[in-house]
Amino acid sequence: MSKTLLYRFALIAGLVLLAAGLVWRRGINLGLDLQGGTYLALELDRSQLRGELPPDAADQIVQIIRTRVDELGVAEPSIRKVGTDRVVVELPGIRDEQRAKEVILKTAFLEFKLVAQPDNVDALLRRLDRAVLEALGPQAAHAGPTSPTGPTPAGGLFRPRGTDTAASRDTARADTALAARPFSAKLTPVDEGVWSVAAEDTAIINRYLSLPQVQAAVPRGLEFRWAFVPRAASAQARRERLLYLLESRPILTGQYLEDAQAQRDPQLGQPEVVFRLNRRGGRLFGEATGRSVGRKLAIVLDGRVYSAPVIQDRIERNGRITLGGASMEEARDLALVLRAGALPAPIRIVEERTIGPSLGQDAIRQGWRAGLIGVALVVLLMVGYYKFSGVLAVVALGLYVILVLGFLAFLGATLTLPGLAGLVLSIGMAVDANVLIFERIREELALGRSLRAAIDGGFKNALSAIVDSNVTTLIAAAVLYQFGTGPVRGFAVTLALGVVASMFTAIFVTRTLFLFYLSRRPTAQTLSI
Amino acid sequence: MRLFEHANYPFLQWRRRAYILSAVLILGGVAMMVRNAVQYGSWLNYGIDFTGGTTVVVRFDRPVAVEQIRAVAPDWEISHFGSDREILIRFGGFQQALGQDAAARVTEALRRRFPAGSFDIERVEAVGPKVGQELQRKALIALVMANLLTLVYLAIRFEWRFGVAAVAATVHDILITLGILATLRTTISTETVAAFLTIVGYSLNDTIVIFDRIRENLRQPGAGRHLAETLNRSVNETLSRTALTGGSALATLLSLMIFGGPVIREFAVVLTLGIVVGTFSSIFVATPILYEIEQRWPSPQLQGARVPAARTAGARR
Repeated sequence: MSKTLLYRFALIAGLVLLAAGLVWRRGINLGLDLQGGTYLALELDRSQLRGELPPDAADQIVQIIRTRVDELGVAEPSIRKVGTDRVVVELPGIRDEQRAKEVILKTAFLEFKLVAQPDNVDALLRRLDRAVLEALGPQAAHAGPTSPTGPTPAGGLFRPRGTDTAASRDTARADTALAARPFSAKLTPVDEGVWSVAAEDTAIINRYLSLPQVQAAVPRGLEFRWAFVPRAASAQARRERLLYLLESRPILTGQYLEDAQAQRDPQLGQPEVVFRLNRRGGRLFGEATGRSVGRKLAIVLDGRVYSAPVIQDRIERNGRITLGGASMEEARDLALVLRAGALPAPIRIVEERTIGPSLGQDAIRQGWRAGLIGVALVVLLMVGYYKFSGVLAVVALGLYVILVLGFLAFLGATLTLPGLAGLVLSIGMAVDANVLIFERIREELALGRSLRAAIDGGFKNALSAIVDSNVTTLIAAAVLYQFGTGPVRGFAVTLALGVVASMFTAIFVTRTLFLFYLSRRPTAQTLSI
Repeated sequence: MRLFEHANYPFLQWRRRAYILSAVLILGGVAMMVRNAVQYGSWLNYGIDFTGGTTVVVRFDRPVAVEQIRAVAPDWEISHFGSDREILIRFGGFQQALGQDAAARVTEALRRRFPAGSFDIERVEAVGPKVGQELQRKALIALVMANLLTLVYLAIRFEWRFGVAAVAATVHDILITLGILATLRTTISTETVAAFLTIVGYSLNDTIVIFDRIRENLRQPGAGRHLAETLNRSVNETLSRTALTGGSALATLLSLMIFGGPVIREFAVVLTLGIVVGTFSSIFVATPILYEIEQRWPSPQLQGARVPAARTAGARR
């Protein structure tokens, strides 16, 4: 064997071993569509922002979400910033994506606010009633004149203005008292600054509260907040919701939180979260609570009131959040997000993809089967048409697959379902270079060239076509990569790697095999092609 | 065995018929797009990747009919997905606008009719409207960019006439493939765009192999005087390669289509049709258009007598 041939074989063997080793050691990252999992694209919600947004808000969010996800115990999550306002979270192989989503999305902005004690509650409510009437007119305001106990006129709740029937006008006349107090009629006082609202009325109350006239009528420094409803709340508990009137200025926020743990309330066995503040927070909290003994302190998380116990005594560093009917898991998740810290701004999901693990397995199984059958067909075609030379091409094709997989492992690229399809298709297209070369060799042989000259000529003549056609495919792959998201990028990567690897195997590897053949049979004048 | 060993088809002479066929296919596609626009409100069946919205795939433990699901929720868009045990549900709104998680909503609705444990949520995809619009814009940019870059590359490696002819053939393929997509009402997803760009790549690939042969044959003295003959010869000489490469690609695609599962299938269908169209266009669109351009705006170096001096400057550039 000549020296050049030896070098050629050494290079090929080295590359193939390297590729195989990389695949062996690192494995191939499977995309979420192949192994199951959840993909979330999150965006900062600037519309709900309180105050200024720190410039590195997205980075902070990535950090906080990573802490939270790590505590959830997801293997190999990927959390990264995309652009300035977007964060992409990928959770492979996750089981309970619902829970993960809640944990990730929670802003976890904890505030302690005093329940308001307005001098004249009735006057305040009357003012709000007037504001509603002023904003919507008596027609609309009476559209839903139900008290939590009174009868609900069928369909009356969302009846648009101007379509009133005579019947509902009669009802309205009977309820003139209620029609005059569209807001307060829906509230049943529970305690000072606390009301109960029927669950079906929450939407309309929200609508009233969002009217500019009503917002203007709420005294400065006060705000309405709904109570939190646990995920595990019973149907009975869901029937009505509490509405709190709070002082807007918190006496303390969660930034002083040092630790939070879920536990069962020793007396009642209900899940709750106990927390500890740091020294500074403890001092501030002590002063504030000491001043307000006897008043109710609302514990507000992300704008929802979790509980509002009466302050019995000065509270220093330790406190607790009762969760009324929540499950232990919910309590644990809450403790988790409190420990991880609050997000600097609320976030919302702009894109979500969840693939069940069994679907991913199916996809892999079907992908493999389709790939193997496809490859088998190509092998049949090549060997059937080019005989011995076809076998050489198939050997090159085998090395091609190993090299592409090695490349993927090396880059840490992710193999997605379209990527898998791209790989299979690229096998079909990878033979193109060999086909071009073989056709040229045949032509040279037909012209009566010697075998050696024909092979050299074949490779030389085919080169320009191979290079030009592959470069255009690379252009398409590059554009695809620029444009694409997750799965499509994966496809572009496999396509591009396929093009590069196929050029190497078709030109270099096949040539080496031909040279080897010629070196073993220096006198050969024919070739099975 | 040799396919097309002494092939000598007068492809260029058949170009009128090919033009008519292409025109019929393109116009038919446009007609289907117009029909779609009138009947369904959009000229292509855009998936949630583009319009925004939510899809949920549910797998049942036994075959279910679409009607059974429709009885539970009449306002959902429901279809089978892959097998008769899997159902694809699509609703317009993005989940957050609806205030409830899509998976939870579907589960809750199905519980009314099917016992718990008899079905599983397999896949949930929700795309916000903003993301969808971004994607539409990006997909268009990608197609235009891919074509422009190729045009530039071919102008450098060959000559502008070749570049224009190749891109014209690609646009032809894109139009026909769009027509097919409109006719089949295939859901357009990001994967479809990927398939689309692959078709662009493959079709160009195919065209360039023929053009490369034309470039080579034109270097022979006097080739310019018998342009039609030279073009025909080039196509015929590359015919066996066209058949074999096309055959290999189709073999793998066919296998993906039959065995690849529901997610890959649409992708494979688009690619298969695209590759057939792309192969057709290399022979019957790209080459004839090159011929027509050459007739109208002849390149100086193909005027016959001046060939030896000018060939490296033009045809080879």
